[in-house]
Amino acid sequence: MAVETIQLLTPEGERVEHPDYPLELTTDEVKSLYTDLVLVRRIDTEAIALQRQGELGIWASLLGQEAAQVGSGRALGPRDMAFPTYREHGVAWTRGLDPSRLLELFRGVSHGGWDPAAHRFHLYTIVIGAQTLHATGYAMGIQRDGAVGEDGEAVIVYFGDGATSQGDVNEAFIWASVFNAPVVFFCQNNQWAISEPLERQSRIPLYQRASGFGFPGVRVDGNDVFACLAVTRKAMQAAREGQGPMLIEAFTYRMGAHTTTDDPTRYRLASELEAWKLKDPIERVKAFLVRTGAADAAFFADVDAQADDLGRRIRKTCQEMPDPQPLAMFENVYAGPNALLDAEREQYAAYLDTFDSAEVAR
Amino acid sequence: MTTMTLSKALNAGLRKALEDDPKVLIMGEDVGKLGGVFRVTDGLQKDFGENRVVDTPLAESGIVGTAIGLALRGYRPVCEIQFDGFVFPAFDQIISQLAKMRMRSLGQLTMPVTIRIPCGGGIGAVEHHSESPEALFAHIAGLRVVACGNATDAYTMIQQSIHCDDPVIFFEPKRRYWDKADVDTTAELSAAVPVDRARTVLDGTDVTVLCYGPMVRTCVESAVAARADGRSVEVIDLRSLAPLDDETIMASVRRTGRCVVVHEAPVTGGLGAEIAARITGHCFYQLESPVLRVGGFSAPYPPSRLEEHYLPDLDRVLDAVDRTFAV
Repeated sequence: MAVETIQLLTPEGERVEHPDYPLELTTDEVKSLYTDLVLVRRIDTEAIALQRQGELGIWASLLGQEAAQVGSGRALGPRDMAFPTYREHGVAWTRGLDPSRLLELFRGVSHGGWDPAAHRFHLYTIVIGAQTLHATGYAMGIQRDGAVGEDGEAVIVYFGDGATSQGDVNEAFIWASVFNAPVVFFCQNNQWAISEPLERQSRIPLYQRASGFGFPGVRVDGNDVFACLAVTRKAMQAAREGQGPMLIEAFTYRMGAHTTTDDPTRYRLASELEAWKLKDPIERVKAFLVRTGAADAAFFADVDAQADDLGRRIRKTCQEMPDPQPLAMFENVYAGPNALLDAEREQYAAYLDTFDSAEVAR
Repeated sequence: MTTMTLSKALNAGLRKALEDDPKVLIMGEDVGKLGGVFRVTDGLQKDFGENRVVDTPLAESGIVGTAIGLALRGYRPVCEIQFDGFVFPAFDQIISQLAKMRMRSLGQLTMPVTIRIPCGGGIGAVEHHSESPEALFAHIAGLRVVACGNATDAYTMIQQSIHCDDPVIFFEPKRRYWDKADVDTTAELSAAVPVDRARTVLDGTDVTVLCYGPMVRTCVESAVAARADGRSVEVIDLRSLAPLDDETIMASVRRTGRCVVVHEAPVTGGLGAEIAARITGHCFYQLESPVLRVGGFSAPYPPSRLEEHYLPDLDRVLDAVDRTFAV
């Protein structure tokens, strides 16, 4: 089977057409996409710096995957629901989630804690692939609510190339297929699962797996924000209308380490990274804006200034983020009273009370 | 009052839950047309439709994982795991997702998911069909674990579990599915004993026997036999394994000064170990003898021709009762 990669914007910033994915974007829309790409990258840069300064325990960088995330995220409607992994900071941005909420998790202040319903953006899931089943179940709920059809709702779930080896992901494919659930599986194939290359997960292009499960799969240039937007938009619309699931493989590259604890120099060649730098998702949009005369130097300077502001705000919020109170760990475990846990909380509170209050702030 | 089997009582409880709340769903392998391999869901798909009583693909992680998604959408799924030994493919979804979702969300997400698991041995089955994995779940914060021991409780406890906003692991004693008892299907659920409370099945004064699920009947029979020897045995059906009803347990042991904990699961690291430790902590000065445990051995569940040796029976319970007096 020939491998086709859908692309609407070349790395050089040239617009190309695809018969199945016509895309009309106004200049303002392109500028807005560009702005999001830059801001999302800045969130990432700041977070890495904050981790290095000891303000965050760990950070999972999205460097290189900005187009896949912003493109797909911007394709969602306000009622669509997104289920992320732990690296979807760009999607979070498109769903209106303040980046500081992401930092809470990586700083160790909470395990997440934003309101998934308000943002239509579920909590980060750390166990690889587990969220694909949650997304599929949620989509089955949409079906039962009669919310499929014209003006319907759909779900998008994110996962990586490594996750495609997980049983849960394959089970989610089966469930979505046999129940025709309105869910789009968005796989960011960033070529690396920590140190394991794609060849350790699959002998065939990932998107081709979909056919074995009975639904369509496509590969899109994951560094092309136009293509990611167009392909996701079409898949989501099909799902909303009741045409069932689809697999999108966004072919991209993890430009950074898996997380701040990782050292990719141990397992991959610098030349690979250099080759992918030429396909940078932001540079090609910039080239397009310049090439078409749609944006001038003032525009780019303004976006950079916005990024600087965002960076400052993130740093400040992070550094000022208070630790939770010790007894908070007993909260929200159960919906109501629980004799066992309530007794433990009481005992630990009494124990804390035996200390000088200056030592242990409650 | 209606006399019905435990299996039928569960069926009636599930039917009531489906009638009371359109968000209640049943999902599992063979729960639809077949009515479940033990017929617990018999007739429910016919009456409530395929959207509410869902025959799922054969993958346990998928059952629980999609139930979590449905719960996120506002549904109240009741999952059936066909047999105890088949729950392990769903372990990650139960332990790492279902149990932790509420805390992860700072209380914003609720997981009203009930997972029914037929458990225990004694039916002459092949491997993986006779296990008692309750301690593995009782260990996990965020879950509630209950076990019904008779039809009367089965009817109310399944409904209480479904109403509960926490995830509940609901153990059903499969060899007692055909035991009959009186069930009052007209009583208000709110009048029933709360699901996290134990119930004293037989009053006694000399020794407390704590048990749950399939062992309740065995222990009651042991208590009756002990009476012939002049021993007054109090039998308590724990019902809730997480959280444990310390209040009822401790009140009894303080009175009797002796305790035997009985379960089919292996003794090592089992519920009995936790209960014994708690009793020692709370009732040390009232104890006349060490808390004893009767249960399965530290060997995998044996082939069924040997299961009568593995499963606690009347004599092994009586033997332990006797030993509490031998000190």
